[in-house]
Amino acid sequence: MSDPNQLLNQLREVFFQEAEEGLEVAEAGLIELSNGTFDLEALNSVFRAIHSIKGGSGTFGLTRLIEFAHTAEAILDALRSQDNPPATEVVDGLLLSVDHLRAMLAAERDGSDLDSARTQDLQAQLQVLLSLVQGGAPSSATAAPVTAAPAAPAATFATEWSIEFLPHTDLMAFGNDPILLLRELGSLGPCRVEAILDRLPSFEQLEPDSIHLGWRINLSAAVEEAQIRDVFAWVESETDLNIKRVEPAAGRPATEPAPITAPTAPKAIPSAARAMAAAQPQQHREASSIRVSTDKVDALINLVGELVITQSMLSQIEKEVQIPQLDRLRDGLAQLKRNTRELQDSVMQIRMLPIKFVFSRFPRIVRDLTTKLGKKVDLQILGEDTELDKTLLEGVADPLVHIVRNALDHGLETPEERLAAGKPETGSLRIEAYHQGGDVHIKVSDNGRGLNLAGIFKKAVQVGLVKAEDRLSDAEIVDLLFAPGFSTAAQVSDISGRGVGLDVARRNIQNLGGTVEVDSKPGKGTTFSIRLPLTMAILDGQLVQVGSQIYIIPLVAILESLLMGSAHIRNIAGQQEVYRLRDEPVPVIRLYDIFGVPAERKTLPNSLLVVVESGGKKAGILVDDLLDQQQVVIKSLESNYGSVGGVSGATILGDGTVALILDVPGVVSLANRQARRANDEWGTRAARSQAGTASGAGRSKA
Amino acid sequence: MRALVAATLAEAGYKVVQAEDGVQALEIAKKEPVRLVVADVNMPRMDGLTLLKHLRGLAAYKFTPILILTTEISAEKKAVAKSAGATGWLVKPFDPQTLLSTIKRVIK
Repeated sequence: MSDPNQLLNQLREVFFQEAEEGLEVAEAGLIELSNGTFDLEALNSVFRAIHSIKGGSGTFGLTRLIEFAHTAEAILDALRSQDNPPATEVVDGLLLSVDHLRAMLAAERDGSDLDSARTQDLQAQLQVLLSLVQGGAPSSATAAPVTAAPAAPAATFATEWSIEFLPHTDLMAFGNDPILLLRELGSLGPCRVEAILDRLPSFEQLEPDSIHLGWRINLSAAVEEAQIRDVFAWVESETDLNIKRVEPAAGRPATEPAPITAPTAPKAIPSAARAMAAAQPQQHREASSIRVSTDKVDALINLVGELVITQSMLSQIEKEVQIPQLDRLRDGLAQLKRNTRELQDSVMQIRMLPIKFVFSRFPRIVRDLTTKLGKKVDLQILGEDTELDKTLLEGVADPLVHIVRNALDHGLETPEERLAAGKPETGSLRIEAYHQGGDVHIKVSDNGRGLNLAGIFKKAVQVGLVKAEDRLSDAEIVDLLFAPGFSTAAQVSDISGRGVGLDVARRNIQNLGGTVEVDSKPGKGTTFSIRLPLTMAILDGQLVQVGSQIYIIPLVAILESLLMGSAHIRNIAGQQEVYRLRDEPVPVIRLYDIFGVPAERKTLPNSLLVVVESGGKKAGILVDDLLDQQQVVIKSLESNYGSVGGVSGATILGDGTVALILDVPGVVSLANRQARRANDEWGTRAARSQAGTASGAGRSKA
Repeated sequence: MRALVAATLAEAGYKVVQAEDGVQALEIAKKEPVRLVVADVNMPRMDGLTLLKHLRGLAAYKFTPILILTTEISAEKKAVAKSAGATGWLVKPFDPQTLLSTIKRVIK
């Protein structure tokens, strides 16, 4: 922290993050403005966002950003003096400039090259829009955000003043504040202010009590020089003041209302900090918050995880020891357990963010896509405040975008098709999130044409996923949507359907420990339901014993556990053992076989079977014994060891032993692969022996 | 004069503490933080400029805006006021509106 460069870098990083958030706000505001009503609050929020970005850019010397943001800001400012909603092309232009600002910020952040041709191009477009907007404006009188009194009407702006305001370092020692003087100047007319940073000393030599900044001000107002001097009357002995009349420039429209801004230097200087604050007087933070790096939070979570382990270790000992003071110890331990739980909950809460962070991008996506596709869609977003873990939030963003794009591209019909089908011409898309039973549910539903099962099947046959003579249930056909290399779009569009779509989306969600389901009714619409755990750091697990090993099966995956009766055990065609659970065949997975460990129980009758669900299908895991159910802290196996098939992570149990956490879909697919291999083996063997003893041959391997 | 200044400021929503002279003003200023001082040049016991010098000597008032009220302001008087540490001045007589707009120049 003592290194000034490091501090500056940190401030810079904060600026980039805030700018990113600001652009999101701006985007949301612009979308709101595009629905045809004049919403001054939305306009103001966009203005403030762009304005702050401009101010911050000035602080960090990002001149190209300032210039670009300034033009966008000027348009917004002109819009504020009008009563009618902005024209579509204006909103479009502003949205494009938001995109470009984002790109510019990213480039500055990574130090990569800026696309200056694109900047110029857009800048030119914005200038056109600016004159368009200004032309339509009756007057651009109250332009500057910090202007106290209304400025003179546009026609009298002809006189321009150039003022150089160079306060001596001791200006503040007399109780004067440059930002107030600038504000006072702003009451004479619109100002364009530029900070002079030449005199800024190095960080170590920075005196917080002194002023090192100067300002170059361009004032557009029909005033006498004396009026300007009067503003600085109290500080004339502590200031170098240079006032010049400017002849109106031919190119720039003299009426351009430029709000006062004070791009200033590092925030350590009080006046500069106040300048920033003054430049955004209406900005309120909804909730007070601090910015902490995720590393710190993760370190804390890790530590709490260790604490949970220590606590369960102590609880374990409690069961084993016999001492006279045991009762008191027990009380203390119970208390510790409660506190640990609460601490854990609160710490996990820190990582929780509202799903708004992902949902907020949808209005824009929907607007852009529907325009492109010529569709009409009414978007509803519900449950924006539903919270989930940051990692999950980031992980689910892309899959969700994909699903939403799919719904717009494939699910919803064009207005003509809808009218022909007797439906209202505007379709509806509903995106909602809510908590249910320790999970987060996200649903994307459209009221479009629904899934075309026959079409999906035909397509699957075409791409070779299934054979034409295969008989698939509806659920199995729907499942084909998620098969790698599947795309139903008749022609591949750039919107969705490059063939890497839904399978990747589903795999990403599964990697997060979640599931995706599809429900569709022909002609009525399709609903994609995503279910995610609240967090990825802790899970409720069922401890099971196989030989000397303890494995943990995530509780969410478990449907039931049962003792197998011999009457229900079947052997389909010799290669796959199944247990008939209420007339439904459940394939039996022998965990010891997959992981190659010794086990006590290898015969099925009277053994325990844990029935799990994976990808909508049931499977049974054969175990020696069922132990405790407990919350376990997930430790990444990848970062400590390496990726292991069928295992999603590890944890440390109360007695210090390491237990592996099963990745249920992974285990099921491992088992399927093994079964397939066995099947092939059986097939060739059966072919060799030509007939007869088939069922006996396959029994040995399953 | 004092009553008029106090009433105008109170009317505008500022919290006003009044002192009868410079000595009392200094006592008050030491006890409670004041964000703006408006002092007449002519006061019994301690005049405005002396009060100013004392206030600027206090750490808490190093940067506090201090306005002085005076009947005339010449280049010479300006220099004296500045050397005492005045933020600015108001020439008597003035109307309440001028007082308020002047104050806006030094406090937010």
